Amino acid sequence: MMDAIAPASDGRPDLAAIAADASGERAVGRPTVYVYEAPVRICHWVNAFSILVLMVTGYFIGSPLPTVAGEASDHFVMGYIRFAHFAAGQVLAVFFLTRILWAFVGNHHSRQIFYIPVHRKQFWKKVLHEIRWYAFLEREPKMYVGHNPLAQTAMFTGFTLFVAFMIVTGFALYSEGMGIDSWQYKLFGWVFAIWPNSQDVHTWHHLGMWALVVFVTVHIYAAIREDIMSRQSIISSMISGERQFRD
Amino acid sequence: MGAATETFYSVIRRQGITRRSFHKFCSLTATSLGLGPLAASRIANALETKPRVPVIWMHGLECTCCSESFIRSAHPLVKDAVLSMISLDYDDTIMAAAGHQAEAILEETRAKHKGQYILAVEGNPPLNEGGMFCIDGGKPFVEKLKMMAEDAMAIIAWGACASWGCVQAAKPNPTQATPIDKVITNKPIIKVPGCPPIAEVMTGVVTFITTFGKLPELDRQGRPKMFYSQRIHDKCYRRPHFDAGQFVEEWDDEAARKGYCLYKMGCKGPTTYNACSTVRWNGGVSFPIQSGHGCIGCSEDGFWDKGSFYDRLTSIKQFGIEKNADQIGMVAAGAVGAAVAAHAAVTAVKRLATKREDADHNS
Repeated sequence: MMDAIAPASDGRPDLAAIAADASGERAVGRPTVYVYEAPVRICHWVNAFSILVLMVTGYFIGSPLPTVAGEASDHFVMGYIRFAHFAAGQVLAVFFLTRILWAFVGNHHSRQIFYIPVHRKQFWKKVLHEIRWYAFLEREPKMYVGHNPLAQTAMFTGFTLFVAFMIVTGFALYSEGMGIDSWQYKLFGWVFAIWPNSQDVHTWHHLGMWALVVFVTVHIYAAIREDIMSRQSIISSMISGERQFRD
Repeated sequence: MGAATETFYSVIRRQGITRRSFHKFCSLTATSLGLGPLAASRIANALETKPRVPVIWMHGLECTCCSESFIRSAHPLVKDAVLSMISLDYDDTIMAAAGHQAEAILEETRAKHKGQYILAVEGNPPLNEGGMFCIDGGKPFVEKLKMMAEDAMAIIAWGACASWGCVQAAKPNPTQATPIDKVITNKPIIKVPGCPPIAEVMTGVVTFITTFGKLPELDRQGRPKMFYSQRIHDKCYRRPHFDAGQFVEEWDDEAARKGYCLYKMGCKGPTTYNACSTVRWNGGVSFPIQSGHGCIGCSEDGFWDKGSFYDRLTSIKQFGIEKNADQIGMVAAGAVGAAVAAHAAVTAVKRLATKREDADHNS
């Protein structure tokens, strides 16, 4: 599951044997593994773009732009912002659902962000190793074909749980405008059993946005950093689907 | 109390109302309840044949603003509701009887109309110290409430007090004022929230119950759908300014004079379920937003504990600070951003150091 590359007896990854050294002159084929299938990659970028649109428009719904002058009938500023927010929300919901469905069909990497193997001791040991690596206490990073255990934990919480929360609360708020006979209200109206005053749902939805801002920051930083530091492709992997190990 | 067996029709005929006026009233009521044309004759039939519903109206911890609102109902006139449609057997604020005489009515109604009377509750019982913060007739109000709820057909929870708790339940709620549905759990309860509820909503609910002998359709939170299924914002006459992006930025600015949307001034219309923007107040004269002030969300749960009425984003009171979601979010995002930058810097320095070390090692 974790696909740790087994180190050779000398403690260095086997890959070193076939890869060029730091100042290497030899042209060598680098080991490459196909990790992210096309639907996973498409979902990733569509979701990323939707989340960006949702964050910007969502912020302006909470704190609207300055008043526009003239007749009300000449403008539709708030209307367009809200339309973009709702449209992006529906797109995110559809692609999030698609992503869940793909977890049943796709390779085992596609399931990684939907669970944390909490019961496995080995897993937590490896999480600890990753934490030590980020705290500069480990000299050598471990290499993984999919997400490393810490990344898996972050993806499960920061993406899967947070986005699910945003979709549920988002549709609940949307159902208020659609009316209590709408399918949105039938499916998501139970949110108002938890928070009877929708003002609270607004506040939680707003806090959820900031939680996602934090997640996105860490996610992008970790991707860039590990691309450089762990000597494996991360960013290009989400475009090509292939993970390349260079060592 | 023999009047309780009379029908509405016989009472108003005795008061000199013509049959023609009676039918006019039935049509008007059917229209104001949003019912079809056939409902008018059903209402007429019900009022002619059904005995008037006995109502017990009790007051707990409250300010009587619900009664004040109720007595100003225009459609139907409250005099029709109280004197003709229902048999208001007990209401300690407006009844003539007092003392033991008044309390005897409670026992009498309970025995005579077991399972048939409506218990209308204004205010709520405080539970702390055994209910000692609200004594009514020498007993804690909570005991009186439980006693009368026992044999009631249904309970109407008038106002934000009975429905949600209202200001006497505001943090830290020293008297432990508790909404009715948290105290009485084995009876159908209809919540008519608002501080106070709209007069026509109150009489409308009473009319519906007396006409059909059952509670109107309720939403998930126990409120009648016909008055509480849409937000103030959904039917607000200033909505076009909201969609256009035209807001009052501060009190008394040009936009306020032009009647733009009060969203930025903390109007709670977008999160408040009530009929103010359609039924309006004082016989349809106006409602808060029409008078230039935002909605304070008085029919919503916890509206008294959600920070300023004039803030768009709700204050979050944790760890002794009072900030809104944006302020908390920006601090969190800023802190994480700074941490990421620092981490990246340390990483770069470490990497350089390691490279040099390796280079030294190799040479």
